[in-house]
Amino acid sequence: MRSPDRHGYFGNFGGKFVPETLMAALSELEIAYKKACAKKAFKEELDSYLKDYAGRPTPLYFAERLTERAGGARIYLKREDLLHTGAHKINNTLGQVLLALKMGKSRVIAETGAGQHGVATATVAALFGLECEIFMGEEDIKRQAVNVFKMKLLKAKVTPVSSGSRTLKDAMNEAIRNWVTNVRTTYYCIGSVAGPHPYPVMVRDFQSVIGREARVQSLRIFKSIPDHIVACVGGGSNAMGIFYAFLNDKVKFAGVEAAGLGLGTGKHAATLCKGSVGVLHGSKSYILQDDDGQIEIAHSISAGLDYPGVGPEHSCFKESGRAQYVAVTDKQALEGFKMLTELEGIIPALESSHAVYYASKLAKKLSKDKKIIVCLSGRGDKDIDIVRGVL
Amino acid sequence: MNRIDKKFRELKREGKKAFIAYITAGDPSLSVTKRIVLSLEESGADIVELGIPFSDPIADGPTIQAASHRALAGGVTLKKIFSMMGALRKTTRIPVAFMTYYNPVLKYGVEKFVKSCKHNGVDGVIIPDLPHEEAKDLIRCARREGVATIFLAAPTSTRKRIKDIVKSSTGFIYYVSLTGVTGARSKLPPEIASNVRAIKSMARKPVAVGFGISSPGQARDMARIADGVIVGSAIVKIVAANQKNSKMLILKISQFTKTLARGIHNA
Repeated sequence: MRSPDRHGYFGNFGGKFVPETLMAALSELEIAYKKACAKKAFKEELDSYLKDYAGRPTPLYFAERLTERAGGARIYLKREDLLHTGAHKINNTLGQVLLALKMGKSRVIAETGAGQHGVATATVAALFGLECEIFMGEEDIKRQAVNVFKMKLLKAKVTPVSSGSRTLKDAMNEAIRNWVTNVRTTYYCIGSVAGPHPYPVMVRDFQSVIGREARVQSLRIFKSIPDHIVACVGGGSNAMGIFYAFLNDKVKFAGVEAAGLGLGTGKHAATLCKGSVGVLHGSKSYILQDDDGQIEIAHSISAGLDYPGVGPEHSCFKESGRAQYVAVTDKQALEGFKMLTELEGIIPALESSHAVYYASKLAKKLSKDKKIIVCLSGRGDKDIDIVRGVL
Repeated sequence: MNRIDKKFRELKREGKKAFIAYITAGDPSLSVTKRIVLSLEESGADIVELGIPFSDPIADGPTIQAASHRALAGGVTLKKIFSMMGALRKTTRIPVAFMTYYNPVLKYGVEKFVKSCKHNGVDGVIIPDLPHEEAKDLIRCARREGVATIFLAAPTSTRKRIKDIVKSSTGFIYYVSLTGVTGARSKLPPEIASNVRAIKSMARKPVAVGFGISSPGQARDMARIADGVIVGSAIVKIVAANQKNSKMLILKISQFTKTLARGIHNA
């Protein structure tokens, strides 16, 4: 199934599980989004910002020394790390904030984990002169201090969230609560392909520029579509963004989740690998939960993957077998981080390092004529302190 | 007849409005919860809304979030709450509605959940993150077992949505007084009266108002507008402040309940 049905379901997953207060706002958003999609002018405006402001298209780069080291399939990197603000997140925030402007909203709020989505939202809010408030878990504020400072420089209010695990999940709870309170004036800019309908489809559409470009670039550079696409999955926006244009191609998709300290330790964020079906943050999808349906606390070295839920379309892909979901530990991700830094001179985000590590292992098992594209979703500047602490 | 329906019918005959008191189950412990319910009944509450704690209560403000957290930290589970309810039913006839989020219900099993409600004397369910569109399974099972499905209507609900909410609801309709989460407010929006009137014009079912109502004066004012008044966070605050002294806790809740009940019943 290509799109969600009219209730926002991808197969058995998705829907709208939110307080009644938000139901009218979701309908309003759905209508505004459909209207914007139908307008050529909206698409052109967004494209021009993506090009001249964010820096699209991003290169598809052949990682020769990484390929050599892995000793098998050719590894190409889709360089989302080169975008303005340092990650793929800006593709989505530009789209959503433009939409917010069309809807006449004067205030934008967002949740953030690693801070990349927060920075991207604050950036675009600054660009358009909108009031901006970012909700961020106290734990993440500690480990992503640079991004917090950036958001403040951009004149966003950063509100620390001290409930629960003090990470992305709790930031999202607080953002939803704030949206319920200010729903009439405020636009909630969700950063992943998660949340209630229409967010999963809208964020997917805004991020699908990654895959559309990569597909054209593949045909140009190696005259065929790739054999494998690898991307990290927290909520799953960069993965869905690169997968989607290849949906009907004979390409194998691998989503790489965070195995944290190990899948057997209970300290991981591998929602699709180890979770079960439930409802969290507005949609039905795989989640990490205990026997009583309480949400479990995720763990990952990378704040952006540290989330006990996942976008509903990924759950649908898991069930249909369209994508395979695997997991990589903190330690392995650090290995991927070092490998890419030392061999290619590219310092990747810890999130993307999960995909890099898995791709290098996958390449080894494949013949040299095969091609793998890795979505390098972000750069690692924000993670330097964490890496310094553990390497 | 469902105990909630029966209660509203009784009150109507007496020309009175319903006082619905919320507490979180297991805060500070299930044995104290039992005593609080009995004390609420004795002190004039008409219906008890019993919160089933969830780790991520997106519709709740800080007071009830903290109560849920305390209850979960104390090891409370849905199973334990059901068995407490079963025991409580031997000594009380006060109508009880569960208020919880959808995930614990889904995990327990929707059908099994409704059957356990019936079996243990839970008369209705309120699930704030489950709009009626997503509630078909729940409604089907609940109708069969005679358990009330209480849906929420909000200030932002369209006329069309309110019509569907009215149709999906049994027991009563829960009108959310404001755009926001639960928690005491010093001021409530003036449009409550006209919104409640609009809902009542579409429903031959009771409409109760909740969210933000904390003082006896507010409760009395709301009772003049609606068929029922829900007070939660203001009661939970008393529980929070008297965690270690259950005697004091019960005494204070009883005093507060009596004041609220007087205001609501004499409105």
